[in-house]
Amino acid sequence: MAELQFREALRAAMTEEMERDENVYLIGEEVAEYDGAYKVSQGMLDQFGPKRIIDTPISESGFAGLSIGAAMMGLRPIVEFMTWNFTFVAFDQIVSNAAKVRYMSGGQASIPIVFRGGNGAAGQLGATHSNSVEALYSNVPGLKIIAPSNPDDAKGLLKSAIRDDNPVLFLESELMFGLRGEVSEAEDYTIPIGEARVAREGDDVTIVAHSKSYWLAMEAADELAKQGVEATVIDPRTIRPYPIDAVIESVKTTNRLVIVDESQPFGGIASEVGFQIQRECFDYLDAPVERVTAEDVPAPYAKNLIEAWMPSVDETIAAVKKTLYM
Amino acid sequence: MAGTSTKKKAPARKRAGSKANGTAAFTPDVPDVQIFRQSGHTHESLGLSPETVLDMYRNMLLQRRFEERAAQMYGRQKIAGFLHLYIGQEAVSTGAVWAIRDTDPIITAYRDHGLALARGMGANEGMAELFGKIDGCSRGKGGSMHFFDVEKHFYGGHGIVGGQIPVGVGMGFASKYKEDGGCSLTFFGDGAINQGAFHEAANLAALYDVPALIIVENNAYAMGTSVERSRGDAQLYKQGYPYGMKTAVIDGMDLFEVYGAFKQIADDARGEADGQTKPYFVEVQTYRYRGHSMSDPQKYRTKEEMEAKKNEDPIVRTRLYVLENDLATDEQLDQIDEDVKAEVMASVEFAEQSPLPDISTMYEDVFVGDVPRVQ
Repeated sequence: MAELQFREALRAAMTEEMERDENVYLIGEEVAEYDGAYKVSQGMLDQFGPKRIIDTPISESGFAGLSIGAAMMGLRPIVEFMTWNFTFVAFDQIVSNAAKVRYMSGGQASIPIVFRGGNGAAGQLGATHSNSVEALYSNVPGLKIIAPSNPDDAKGLLKSAIRDDNPVLFLESELMFGLRGEVSEAEDYTIPIGEARVAREGDDVTIVAHSKSYWLAMEAADELAKQGVEATVIDPRTIRPYPIDAVIESVKTTNRLVIVDESQPFGGIASEVGFQIQRECFDYLDAPVERVTAEDVPAPYAKNLIEAWMPSVDETIAAVKKTLYM
Repeated sequence: MAGTSTKKKAPARKRAGSKANGTAAFTPDVPDVQIFRQSGHTHESLGLSPETVLDMYRNMLLQRRFEERAAQMYGRQKIAGFLHLYIGQEAVSTGAVWAIRDTDPIITAYRDHGLALARGMGANEGMAELFGKIDGCSRGKGGSMHFFDVEKHFYGGHGIVGGQIPVGVGMGFASKYKEDGGCSLTFFGDGAINQGAFHEAANLAALYDVPALIIVENNAYAMGTSVERSRGDAQLYKQGYPYGMKTAVIDGMDLFEVYGAFKQIADDARGEADGQTKPYFVEVQTYRYRGHSMSDPQKYRTKEEMEAKKNEDPIVRTRLYVLENDLATDEQLDQIDEDVKAEVMASVEFAEQSPLPDISTMYEDVFVGDVPRVQ
């Protein structure tokens, strides 16, 4: 094991896959000469040269679409978006082309492509720069979506995403790029897409949370333990396909579920997981499923407002206590 | 380079600002524009055998008869959804496809039957797709707007205006990356030039020296909106210049002109002579004889305009050329038409007989490999 920052784990995954397969290239704004807006691709231009580490103008629709075409011809592009907020001007390319061309062609075309970048709120950036896009994109069949919470998962899952023959959306977080963690140094380390990780086991309640919400859930679980409440914390790691079986299995023993999801509440990830759990675990539930999400308003700027808007440890603890009638 | 002769003046459409859109000669006011019009080509000057000319004629006729029959079947409610006909534009598809390599990838918009049939898709697979049957080119999942034949390097068939342009440039980008000598052809209509996707893709193509032909089929109308009513400057050919691209303007009603032009510019795009891959912006000036789709009363143009354009029918012109140059007799040409009609009738029969897709097929082709879906 080696201790790496999240950004270094992403870089290691991309570097290893580019060394392994010359059809893999990285394209995006500032990825080459600037060394990456968030330094994820630092040094990669020196190693791979401008043919494979490609700077773009600010044209998300253009370079997303270009890479979809290149993927149709057998290349395996990694498309870096500076943040997922900026994919809304590439929405048609991702939704109409990446997700649907295989289906509309009756299976003739395949699009092995990874779209990656920072997702979710990252401080006081205002409404346009604080979107959690997993709910939007997970509504579209034909896309895989991964949202890891730690460097080890980031490396193993990004390598799997690059090798996958389907379009994969890889959601990172600007607030987590500097997060350190132990990362496997095993040769050819990959983690299968679609498998949850049970991070903590407890009998009283199940908390499920992905990406940076996972850390809220863990902090809440530690605090609850001090109060005598033992929580199971599940990190789904993948949003599509969602590893619902792991949640079902856990809820059948704990009988209570809290979902922490930075998406906005209406039609969010928590809505879908909550629905599936009430259907699959109806007779096992001892309390209604609770959720902790962003507020149902655009993200505000002021420090106190954005803090109130975000899911929090306190809200997570309160939600758990509600399921326990505490 | 093809001629820029202006001696023989064809009837011009009287329309303000339509200098480049009609058939009148014009002098471009941006640099690096090659004009392919009235070059005086013969089949011999282009190196085309009489057999090849007849093959091309047959292919244009196949597109025409296929769509005439499709329109009839639409009327009989055998075909649903949208049906956009290419009738009038057949010289563009046939001329371009015959000029390029079989492996050069082609992508287009939703008016896609003509290019698919030019690329070698069978009438059976095309008609069955229109009928929504399992033997259709896209297994009944695409319909008229989403014809695909990847084996023949035909990549659709795209329904969102302009959305396929970055994708097509990316196919050329892949050729440059793999150094396989390929050149992609991206077709779109004059309406798509107003989409941001065109401008982003054009800039990237030029920036990365992509071997790509970015081709606007200017048929004068985006649905019911003429080019003049949608552009500050209606001369579309100028759109290559801001991005630093070479530009070609082609008379799309003349089969030999299209063939000669595409042969030259595709080879230049792949760097045949100078070793430099590069994109071209191409305006093919053409005309659609039918409405935008099947529910178009066509109030936006006059009968006189359409009658005048019928004199330019590429199929009629090719037929006259064949007769005047003794490449075939009237009877032989009639026989080709009979054969094509029979092929199309057989495709209708094939489509009728083909089964509807089994419901289970609805769940196939979403992903490569098995991926659980939400139930």
